[in-house]
Amino acid sequence: MSSAMRTVIGLIAVLFAGVLVWMFARGTATDRSSYSLTLREANRNKILLLTVGSEPRTLDPQAAQGVTEHHIIMAMIEGLVAPSINDQAKVVPGMADRWEHNDDYSVWTFHIGEDRKWSNGDPVTAHDFVFSYKRMLTASFGAQYAENLYILKGAEEYYRGQTRNFDDVGVKAIDDHNLRIELVGPTPYLLSLVQHDSWLPINPKTILKFGNIDTRDTKWTHAGNYVANGPFLMKTWRPNDVIEVVRNPLYWDAANVKLNGINFYSIENSNTAGRAFQAGQLHKTDQVSLDKVPYYRRVHPELIRIDPYEGVYFYRINISRKALDNPKVRLALNLAIDRDAIVKNILREDQKPATGFTPPGMGDYTPLNKITYDPERARQLLAEAGYPKGKGFPKFTIHFNTLESHRAIAEAIQQMWKEELGIDVTLENQEWKVYLDTQNSMNYDISRSAWIGDFMDPVTFLSMWTAGNGNNNTHWANSKYDALIEQAARTGDPKTRLDILHRAEELFLSELPVVLVYWYTNTYLVQPSVQNWYPLVLGNHNYKFINLKDEFERAK
Amino acid sequence: MIKVIAGRLLQLIPVLWIILTLTFFMTKIVPGGPFSAERQATPEVIAQLNAYYGLDKPVWQQYLGYLSKVVRFDFGPSYTYQSESVNEVIGRAFPISLQIGTLAFCIALVIGATAGVIAAVNKNKLLDYLPMSISMLGICLPTFVLGPIFALVFGLVLKLAPVSGWYGLNYVPLHPAVMPAVTLGLFYAAYIARLTRGGMLDILNQDFIRTARAKGVPEHEIILRHALRGGLLPVVAFLGPCFAGLISGSFVVEKVFNVPGLGQEFIKSVFNRDYPLILGTVVFFGALIVIFNLVSDVVQLLLDPRSRN
Amino acid sequence: MRDSAPAAPFADPVPVQGESLERGSSLWRDAWLRLQKNRIALFGLWTFMLIAILCLGGPFFTGYSYESTEISLKASAPLERIVLRTEFRKVGEPRESYLALSSLEDEFLGRSPAERRAIKERVQNGNEFREGNAAYRLSNQRHVFGTDPLGRDLLTRALIGGRISLAVGFAATLVSIAIGVVWGAAAGFAGGKVDTVMMRFADILYALPFTVIVILLMVMFGRNFVLLFVAIGAVEWLNMSRIVRGQIIALKNQEFIEAAISLGLPAYRIMFRHLIPNVMGSIIIYTTLTVPNVMLLEAVLSFLGLGVQPPLSSWGVLIDEGSRTMETSPWLLFFPAVFFTLTLFSLNFLGDGLRDALDPKSSKD
Repeated sequence: MSSAMRTVIGLIAVLFAGVLVWMFARGTATDRSSYSLTLREANRNKILLLTVGSEPRTLDPQAAQGVTEHHIIMAMIEGLVAPSINDQAKVVPGMADRWEHNDDYSVWTFHIGEDRKWSNGDPVTAHDFVFSYKRMLTASFGAQYAENLYILKGAEEYYRGQTRNFDDVGVKAIDDHNLRIELVGPTPYLLSLVQHDSWLPINPKTILKFGNIDTRDTKWTHAGNYVANGPFLMKTWRPNDVIEVVRNPLYWDAANVKLNGINFYSIENSNTAGRAFQAGQLHKTDQVSLDKVPYYRRVHPELIRIDPYEGVYFYRINISRKALDNPKVRLALNLAIDRDAIVKNILREDQKPATGFTPPGMGDYTPLNKITYDPERARQLLAEAGYPKGKGFPKFTIHFNTLESHRAIAEAIQQMWKEELGIDVTLENQEWKVYLDTQNSMNYDISRSAWIGDFMDPVTFLSMWTAGNGNNNTHWANSKYDALIEQAARTGDPKTRLDILHRAEELFLSELPVVLVYWYTNTYLVQPSVQNWYPLVLGNHNYKFINLKDEFERAK
Repeated sequence: MIKVIAGRLLQLIPVLWIILTLTFFMTKIVPGGPFSAERQATPEVIAQLNAYYGLDKPVWQQYLGYLSKVVRFDFGPSYTYQSESVNEVIGRAFPISLQIGTLAFCIALVIGATAGVIAAVNKNKLLDYLPMSISMLGICLPTFVLGPIFALVFGLVLKLAPVSGWYGLNYVPLHPAVMPAVTLGLFYAAYIARLTRGGMLDILNQDFIRTARAKGVPEHEIILRHALRGGLLPVVAFLGPCFAGLISGSFVVEKVFNVPGLGQEFIKSVFNRDYPLILGTVVFFGALIVIFNLVSDVVQLLLDPRSRN
Repeated sequence: MRDSAPAAPFADPVPVQGESLERGSSLWRDAWLRLQKNRIALFGLWTFMLIAILCLGGPFFTGYSYESTEISLKASAPLERIVLRTEFRKVGEPRESYLALSSLEDEFLGRSPAERRAIKERVQNGNEFREGNAAYRLSNQRHVFGTDPLGRDLLTRALIGGRISLAVGFAATLVSIAIGVVWGAAAGFAGGKVDTVMMRFADILYALPFTVIVILLMVMFGRNFVLLFVAIGAVEWLNMSRIVRGQIIALKNQEFIEAAISLGLPAYRIMFRHLIPNVMGSIIIYTTLTVPNVMLLEAVLSFLGLGVQPPLSSWGVLIDEGSRTMETSPWLLFFPAVFFTLTLFSLNFLGDGLRDALDPKSSKD
């Protein structure tokens, strides 16, 4: 054997040996940090192990965009009020220990508790909130959901640069502990609104340490820099793996916080999450793969939870396309779908067929019950519209983004329309960004969509349908609808207001620029040792109430 | 020899530049931008963000600006990981892919070469068909099938390996790199087995081997001394792309075992239109591939005198 | 074939046309003869042809559609008994749908477990059960491979999937061979600067993000599966060219090539007539490795959402879907995987056989 050959083989052998040694020796070197837990240890040490889905893009409340981020931020930052333990429509004191409002709910005053502190020792003051809202509304910061704050008087003008002085905006610190919020109109649902990320405070000193009020993407959100006012503090952040938070001793209500820490694992794939749960790595997953749901329901019903959730799954219809511009056609498309069959056979998570747009659970708002399964009437309408038995009906495409359930539902609907109406549609699944582009530029015929409510009021589902709204994307516009929405925004009496919104939705459902499918549920696996995890329709849990039973629970 | 190596290393620069330019313009043509979301932000916000990241400038200007930063090894901020730069993302994700890739490579080489040699030596007998058939399985079952099966068997049932995650998983004996590496390695082991067998058979059929046998040279010497070298030649040519492919993280295993490696980051960045991260990883992978091809060519030259000019 | 007629002693020594001449045997003809003696390779050949024919024609004969959903049926097991449910409606035709016998009890969750079992037994024994406006009765439908979660017959889908997978596999491989062999041989033979430039060009292409290219192509030209195999083929040729180049470099210094050069043969002739046939063995082996690779690549693309559109399917998509539900419905993974594996095995054995058959030296053994 030549020397060259020998060298090569020798090198490879060394490499291999080195890797083996390193692999088995690393056990001694790593520190037994808290995230190498089994369930038993976790229960004993009161560390909650959860997965919230994909990796959060940021943990800066003003820059955060999604549910994942919100669920993690909520552990560390508390707003004026916080979710109650078992009713999403009720609140408990947060940074504010009392509050009041005027008769028509357009001016609110919150009193910041004197014992509220940041984790760096600073007291929480009303000025912190003013600073945070200013940051959110500073255009150069580029907060993606700055418009969430437009409900503050003068906010939109400030954002657009029409006014220069933030004092013109309807939020004032009367003194260190009193915050006055002035809104553009009656806002009875403000208490739900202020729990959202956009309204959460941040510690001004920390922000300014890393830049100006409008500097983006600084490292203030990293472990060690993150200053919190909530029940927990950030201990480590390993991207794409785990975010560990531990008890915040300076939290005003620390005595009532039951857990000692939470580990947020980032696991995107539902099958992997399911396996991690079974292996005893998690207390709770955020979803369950479709095919495992019947198994859990039948064999381990104590491990699976199916909670109602404020979300609606629907298809947008581009009403500028020929045939789709006729409301009769749109109604026919809706009536020809057997939603019960879809929910029962494909989804199997007790989702509710959507009979209206706004899902149930929005406090006192009664969901509408207008859309049903009536294939006879559908056929009749289609004939009336000029396409008897589907003859002459143009061929359309249903666009959706890549996901197993979207495909299954689209295929089922494709089949239903073919059988009941005699029309042919093709399916096209697109990669996420392409799909978003298609939808936002309205280059589609029918596009799968979903909307999750942000707060406990139907307007979160209805305001998007006003003319030209960035989230409308269907070309649908109805001035009467816009007028109703606006009227509701000016109505101080909550009951009257809900009535107006109800009428608006009825109008929407008579024109139907959408195909309604189902109302969401939140399905997940959770160990019985987790206590006080009540079903909440927005899924926003106040972690300070959560507890772990200190006994050994083994997952099957 | 040194001259050849130096020359090839210098060629790295224009090659990387071309890779960079082509990818840059490709990402600009593909529809969808980094800031679109299910819930649309207002046009002003999008304009603001585009301005902040310089995406509102004309494309050629963006390109030049980017190029000027790259020569200083600054690949810019990541759009997905809003408080990290691309360099930091690559810096934390690559070591993980490297560990998995290296282990997989060793597994592939050792198992593959051994199987190939045994098969070649016992041509057309059971010891030929058996390893070749098993290695076929390695190719036929995609990683996204083998992966979950292994995760199920070794993770859940036997409790030997972690099912998900990377750091600090001390309650199982095997390191989180092992199962992904095995899943990945078996795939390439199959390839290597076949290439080795093919290459060795080529040699074993040649006249000088018959001469050697006729002269009474012991069989094992024939194999180890002559056949093996020829057998490994096509493998060596394959090693460059093989290692590069392994290192690119085979995002599927990273996804199945939920390991935060660079392959997964890369795929995510494409889907999120995180241009700086896409470009950074492409250039990085490109450099790796070119370097490994160089190593493979050098080894080839060393091993096969016939290819010396 | 020798003619056995003896030549007359004073006959014209010039050989007569046709059978009396020992037919010159070309490389390929010898190869074919040798191949026929190799049992395993023939097995591979016939198995593969069988699968191909099944995939081409089979779907017409199974009696089921690959795209028509039957969502109440869900993922039923192979050969499970199917129940026909007829719903009588006030207006129009009664509606027929199918359920798996094992999920019959789920229809009557309002009743006690004993009642449910009784109903199931009744139906199982061939009787009809009526409740309200629905009637349940055993049907004769059988699904040999079971059904997918949308109630579609898996056998039909597997065969249709085969059409796509095979089409993509072969088309892309052909593309990659055509480009790769010529490129690699040219580079290896030319050597020097030409070689360097050609191989660096290949390096650049190899380092390009494959996903981005495919997304780009898919978006610019629409979701067309012809495009799919051009895109895949355009990536696969790179490896082929490296292998070929390596072998050519090893060969070109051999004497018979030097002889050819000194005889003044033009480069293309040397390449195509002398060099390439000698690396045929490696090319064939690598081809039989490329086809599965291509099929897998296509599956991975589908895994990302860039492959064939529903309701069309491919083995890769079926295997991917099956692997997601393998704990609850293993048949969804098993049958497509068996098809896939069998095809790959056959192609490999065939490839080996071809390789052995084409190697002129092995005839001396």
